[in-house]
Amino acid sequence: MNGKTKPAGLAAPAKEAVRRSRRRKLVRKASPYLVIIGSFLLWELAVWLLKIEPFVLPAPSAIFAAGWEWRGPILLASWQTFVTTIIGFLLAVAFGLAAGTAIGASSALYDAVYPALIGFNSVPKVAVVPILVIWCGIGTLPAIITAFLISFFPILVNVATGIATVEPELRDVLRALGAKQHQILLKVGLPRSMPYFFASLKIAISVAFVGSIVAETVASDSGIGHFMLVASSRFQVPLAFAGLVVTGVMGIAMYVVAVMIEKRMTGWATRGVDTGMVAGG
Amino acid sequence: MVRDFVELDQVALRYGGDVEGTLALQDTSLTVREGEFVAVVGPSGCGKSTLMKVVSGLWPASAGTVAVNGREVTKPLDIVGMAFQNPNLLPWRTTLANVMLPLEIAEPHIRRLRREYPSYLAKVRDLLKMVGLQEFETKHPWELSGGMQQRASLCRALIHDPSLLLLDEPFGALDMFTREELWLALQDLWLARKPTVVLVTHDLREAVFLADRVLVMSNRPGRIIADHAVDIPRPRSLDETFAPKAIEIIQTLRDQISNVRKSAT
Ligand SMILES: Nc1ncnc2c1ncn2[C@@H]1O[C@H](COP(=O)(O)OP(=O)(O)OP(=O)(O)O)[C@@H](O)[C@H]1O
Ligand SMILES: [Mg+2]
Repeated sequence: MNGKTKPAGLAAPAKEAVRRSRRRKLVRKASPYLVIIGSFLLWELAVWLLKIEPFVLPAPSAIFAAGWEWRGPILLASWQTFVTTIIGFLLAVAFGLAAGTAIGASSALYDAVYPALIGFNSVPKVAVVPILVIWCGIGTLPAIITAFLISFFPILVNVATGIATVEPELRDVLRALGAKQHQILLKVGLPRSMPYFFASLKIAISVAFVGSIVAETVASDSGIGHFMLVASSRFQVPLAFAGLVVTGVMGIAMYVVAVMIEKRMTGWATRGVDTGMVAGG
Repeated sequence: MVRDFVELDQVALRYGGDVEGTLALQDTSLTVREGEFVAVVGPSGCGKSTLMKVVSGLWPASAGTVAVNGREVTKPLDIVGMAFQNPNLLPWRTTLANVMLPLEIAEPHIRRLRREYPSYLAKVRDLLKMVGLQEFETKHPWELSGGMQQRASLCRALIHDPSLLLLDEPFGALDMFTREELWLALQDLWLARKPTVVLVTHDLREAVFLADRVLVMSNRPGRIIADHAVDIPRPRSLDETFAPKAIEIIQTLRDQISNVRKSAT
C-alpha cells in the first residue's frame, strides 16, 4: 500500500544523507592534522628532491632523529621554560585580575592610570630584557619577569573592560535597591567580566611563552630558548629545529588548555551551545 | 484619606554642563498617592526616563524638590523596584537566581535570606507561578523568549515587595498579544500587593488599561500638561480598553500628544 511504502522509500536516502554528512564532519575534524602531516611530507620530499644541505634546511626525519637523540636535555630545557612561563603567567593573572578589577570599578582610577598603562604597554617588552639582566643577572628571573610583563596587560585590559561596561540600566536596577559599589562589583561586574578574563588567558599564555623564550635566548643559561641558541651556535641545525618543533607543540598545548578552561568556565557567554558547561553565579 | 507618596515640585534636570547641557525637565510637578498606579505618556525624548531617574534619586534634580514617602530624596532610594524595556537579566543566572538577586542586595532581606531561605524560595516560586514561569525557573535567560524574560524582569522588580515600582516601557519590545498577557499579569501583581507604580509607556491602550491616572508630558524640557483619571473598576478586562469610555480617553491622549509634537516644529 501507498501509505506503507512511502516512509520506507524516504528513509533510505535520508539514512544515506546522514551517513554522508557524518563522513564529511569526520573529514572536517581530521583536516588540520592532515594538513600538518602533509606539509611535513612535502618538506621531506622537497629537501630530498632539491638536495638541500642539512645546515640550511634539515629534513623532518633528521629533525626528529636529532630530537630523539637529545631527548633528555630537550625535556629538561622544556620543563624549565614551562615552569618559567607558568610562574610569570600566574603572577600576571593575579596582578591583572586585581588591577583590572580596581581600574574597571573606579572611573577615577581608570582615567588616572590607563594612559600610563597604554604607554607602558607600547614599549616592546623584549627591549626591557637587557635592563633586567643588569638588575637580576643571568638566569630564570629575567625570563619570569618578561613573561609576566608581557602577559599582564591583556588580562588587565580585559577584566577592566568587562567590569566597566556593565549596562547602565542594570546598574540603576541595583542602585535603586540600595546596592553599594562593591555589591554591584561582586554580583554583576566580576561575573560579567569572566568571559573577557578567560578569553584573555589564551592570549596571555601565548605571549608569556614567547616572552620567556625570548628572554632565555638573551639572558639565561637554561630553558628551550637557550637550548636552541646553543644548538645553532654549534651549527647543530637539526637540533635547533627540533627545539623549534618542541616550542611549537608546547605553545599549542598551553593554548588548547586555556581554551578548554575558557569553555568550561564561561559556557553561558556562548549561550550554552556546549550544554552542561554553565558556571554558577 | 490616602497620603501622597511621590511629590515633585517644580523639578528641573539638566544633563551635563550648566548652560550647554540638555535641559530634560523643567517645572515638572506631580504627585502620586500611595498605592496608586500612574502612567506617563508623551512624545519621544521629552524626558520620561529622566523623570524616573529623578524620582528614584539616581540623578539628583538640578532644581526643585523631590520627596518620596514624606522624605526629601537626596540619594538613591533603596525601596524601589525597576524594570526597563530591556529585561537586563544576568545571563549566568537561572530565572530563579535572577529573580532572587534583589534579595541578596536589599535590606532587610540580605540579612534574612540565608536563615529563611525556604520561605523566600517559596515566595519566589509563587511569584513565578503568577506570571506563568514556574516551569522555567532552572532555565537561563537565553533559553527564554523575550516575553518570558520580561516576566522574569517584572518578578525581579517585585520580589522584595518594593513600595515604589518604576517601569520604563517594560513591554515596549513585545508583540501585542504578549503585551496584553503581561498587562493582565501586572494588574494581578499590582492588585495583590498594591505598590505605588509609575509606568512610562508609548502605548495609550496600555496606559488606560493599567493606570488609575494618565499624565501627559510636554516636549523637552518635559513637564506635566494634562492629567486624566481612568475610572474603570478593577479588575479590568482587555475588552474594556475597546469600550467607549476607554476609547474616549485614548482619543484625547492621542490628540494631546500629537499637538505637543506639532508645537515642536
Ligand atoms: N545620560 C544622559 N546624558 C545626557 N543627556 C541625556 C541622558 N539621558 C537622556 N538625555 C537627554 O535627555 C532628554 C530626555 O531623555 P529621556 O531619556 O528622558 O527621554 P524619554 O522621554 O524617555 O524618551 P523615549 O520616549 O524615547 O524613551 C533627551 O534629549 C536625551 O538626549
Ligand atoms: Mg525613555
